[in-house]
Amino acid sequence: MAAYETHEYDVLVIGAGGAGLRAAIEASATGVRVGLVCKSLLGKAHTVMAEGGMAAALANVDERDGWQVHFADTMRGGQYLNQWRMAEIHAKEAPARVNELEAWGALFDRTQDGRILQRNFGGHAYPRLAHVGDRTGLEMIRTLQDHGIHQGMTVHMEITVTTLLKDGERVAGAFGYDRERGRFRVFKAPAVIVATGGLGKAYKITSNSWECTGDGISLAYHAGAQLKDMEFVQFHPTGMVWPPSVSGILVTEGVRGEGGVLTNSEGRRFMFDNIPELYKELVADDAEEGWRYVVGDREARRPPELLTRDHVARMILAEVKAGRGSPHGGAFLDISWIKDRVPGGAEHIKRKLPSMYHQFKQLADLDITEEPMEVGPTTHYAMGGVKVESDSQMTNVPGLYAVGECATGLHGANRLGGNSLSDLVVFGKRAGEHAAEHAREVGPAVVREDDVEAAAAEALLPFDREDAREGPFQLQQALQQLMQDNVGIIRDEADLDRGLEALAELGRRAGAVKVHGNREWNSGWHTALDLVPLLTVSEAIALAAKERQESRGAHTRDDYQGKDPEWGKVNLVVEKAADGSMQVRREPIEPVPERLAKIIEEQG
Amino acid sequence: MPNATFRIWRGDSEGGEFKDYRTEYSEGMVVLDVVHKIQAEQANDLAVRWNCKAGKCGSCSAEVNGQPQLMCMTRMNTLPVERPVTVEPMQAFPVERDLVTDVSVNYEIKKRIKPFTPRPPDREDGTWTMHQSDVERSQEFRKCIECFLCQDVCHVDRDHHYHLDGKFIGPRFFVHAAYLDMHPADEADRLEELKDRDGIGYCNITKCCTVVCPEHITITDNAIIPLKERVADRYYDPLTRVLRVIGVGR
Repeated sequence: MAAYETHEYDVLVIGAGGAGLRAAIEASATGVRVGLVCKSLLGKAHTVMAEGGMAAALANVDERDGWQVHFADTMRGGQYLNQWRMAEIHAKEAPARVNELEAWGALFDRTQDGRILQRNFGGHAYPRLAHVGDRTGLEMIRTLQDHGIHQGMTVHMEITVTTLLKDGERVAGAFGYDRERGRFRVFKAPAVIVATGGLGKAYKITSNSWECTGDGISLAYHAGAQLKDMEFVQFHPTGMVWPPSVSGILVTEGVRGEGGVLTNSEGRRFMFDNIPELYKELVADDAEEGWRYVVGDREARRPPELLTRDHVARMILAEVKAGRGSPHGGAFLDISWIKDRVPGGAEHIKRKLPSMYHQFKQLADLDITEEPMEVGPTTHYAMGGVKVESDSQMTNVPGLYAVGECATGLHGANRLGGNSLSDLVVFGKRAGEHAAEHAREVGPAVVREDDVEAAAAEALLPFDREDAREGPFQLQQALQQLMQDNVGIIRDEADLDRGLEALAELGRRAGAVKVHGNREWNSGWHTALDLVPLLTVSEAIALAAKERQESRGAHTRDDYQGKDPEWGKVNLVVEKAADGSMQVRREPIEPVPERLAKIIEEQG
Repeated sequence: MPNATFRIWRGDSEGGEFKDYRTEYSEGMVVLDVVHKIQAEQANDLAVRWNCKAGKCGSCSAEVNGQPQLMCMTRMNTLPVERPVTVEPMQAFPVERDLVTDVSVNYEIKKRIKPFTPRPPDREDGTWTMHQSDVERSQEFRKCIECFLCQDVCHVDRDHHYHLDGKFIGPRFFVHAAYLDMHPADEADRLEELKDRDGIGYCNITKCCTVVCPEHITITDNAIIPLKERVADRYYDPLTRVLRVIGVGR
């Protein structure tokens, strides 16, 4: 019999980034018992890495903005694969969620008249991102954390959940281990919210931290939940490319929002060379008009650097491929040129982009107020994830909710920068509210002793295997390399087939992974257990990527270039078949109702 | 590739010792990269806490050659490698294992501090009119990533363990209190707690916290000294004292 500690709650939230914290705050406010489990220390979740800002049509800077424009921008950015209802809710509720953060102590940068300042970002028609320099995510998580700890929830830090527990069809709780001692924990709860964030660690070059191994997506999948849009992985166009040990670390889109321009080795501003059809009318004719847009000229149109992330990433890759890249295989991103255009010069850059200034100074010996940065695409965000009902965030498993990056629906084929932070709080609030209501309605669920025993035995397998010799770190690196090579930014069928085959082989090797030492803070063991979600989400991405035979948003197929209108009518759903295999199928997209279709049309 | 010897503390709350690991490293690597390389190749069970590897989350605090630092922001080319590079856990907190310490006391201290308490909003949408110049002072303190290096280096914590005894909240939480105190919309009063419970008087402004802060927050000058001045004004100013005794003012 395995030894374990048991905790009982009405609502269990797994993950304490922006979405998990916001959900836990809302559930606590209804008076139910809430447990919040996080893989790291509280306040360290990947949300702290978000830099640029939080999109909300507050219309503080440009009064022409409104939820309708934000809605239309989000749908266009997502190439119309989004769940329209989520895009609508998000656009309508984001302003209230931003204001609420201010009421909880957040200090956003201000306009001249003392309101929340908003900045330009790719794909947004008007300055829309509430921000604090380039550390908006830190401000958000600290605000939610400092508010949340006084709302009555119980926080369990440095605990990794490995399995969801069920009571028949419904969810009954979760099983996991603590890092400090390796002790097992059982959390009983009739409502469980997964808010575990992304899966960037499935790739070699990523802006994501070690935690982002797709846990919630995998947990939900193995518990019977459907996944959707898994083929859409966002490669952020600007990650650091040098030095090698820091490659992938994010360079905020805010650099371009403040006027940063992309050039190739010939000094050419190549983003002007190719403007996608959907955005033809929205982009500046020349550099001068682009700059006027940056400094707030309302008649000017955006510079091409502020097109959507999928497009910018592909453009940089094309330059590198054509032999016009920077010395370390990226493009140049220059913000120093604005010195002569703004009062304060270098100081202005440092004030607007303090983290970027320090990041490059410290990690690359480079002064961004003097020299251009070298940047290239980095795995950044999963648009796909657990399929949820738009209003409540409930999955197809009763009592199981998903929210934030591990859920899907808002962003469609490509997420706009700034829509993630607002996603977290808009839907975090809703998930918390609905989960609490569900818990009250259905009452306690029963956890079966057998399930707990099985989960414990599985978690200990890497210690128990005799003769096994595969190293957990080596397997993780092999997986990251194969995903980078075969399921990366530009895909084709042969690569994807190779990737799927290699994943199957890795899956077999993972069955022979061996760890040594004891259970206390054993990183080898943790890495071995993280292989399960990594393999699950990697397979789902590769399967869906193979199935979608077109190029749309973040999904680019070399063998099927361009969009296919037929593919624009379906999402891909991934689920576990009765025989335990992973299946992918097409699901028609619910049509946009007329009232919203009209808005999309009006917004051009 | 160049070589370096890393002298890493291995052990737990019962005790431990330094162990040497010889390894190659490449250009641009930071200390955390090298620790990870050793972990992957020579010591799978080496315990190290980290997260973002970009200086934004404040998880990988440790002491490198005796200096409290973030391992992810300490470049190898800033260290002399002709002798071993020592890496050990923060000394002001109890060790859990190897480089990982128990920092839970910080979360308890945070909870004790009176939370943000705003006056009624100025605007109908529930927000306040605040100008950039008004929020800038507190914004500096909001840069804090809670790495707790300032707590680690402060002698009141490190040598006297007053943070563990509940007598001293430490630089991190003076910064937090200063953020609240200087927030244009906050109206709670925390001076009495700062004086009596939180031990602000124990700080004798040696500024070690400011030196180690990876976010370059001017902790002593901008956060602690103004708070000390406010405490002194209210409780130790002779004139105010007289007025208080005769029942005028607070």
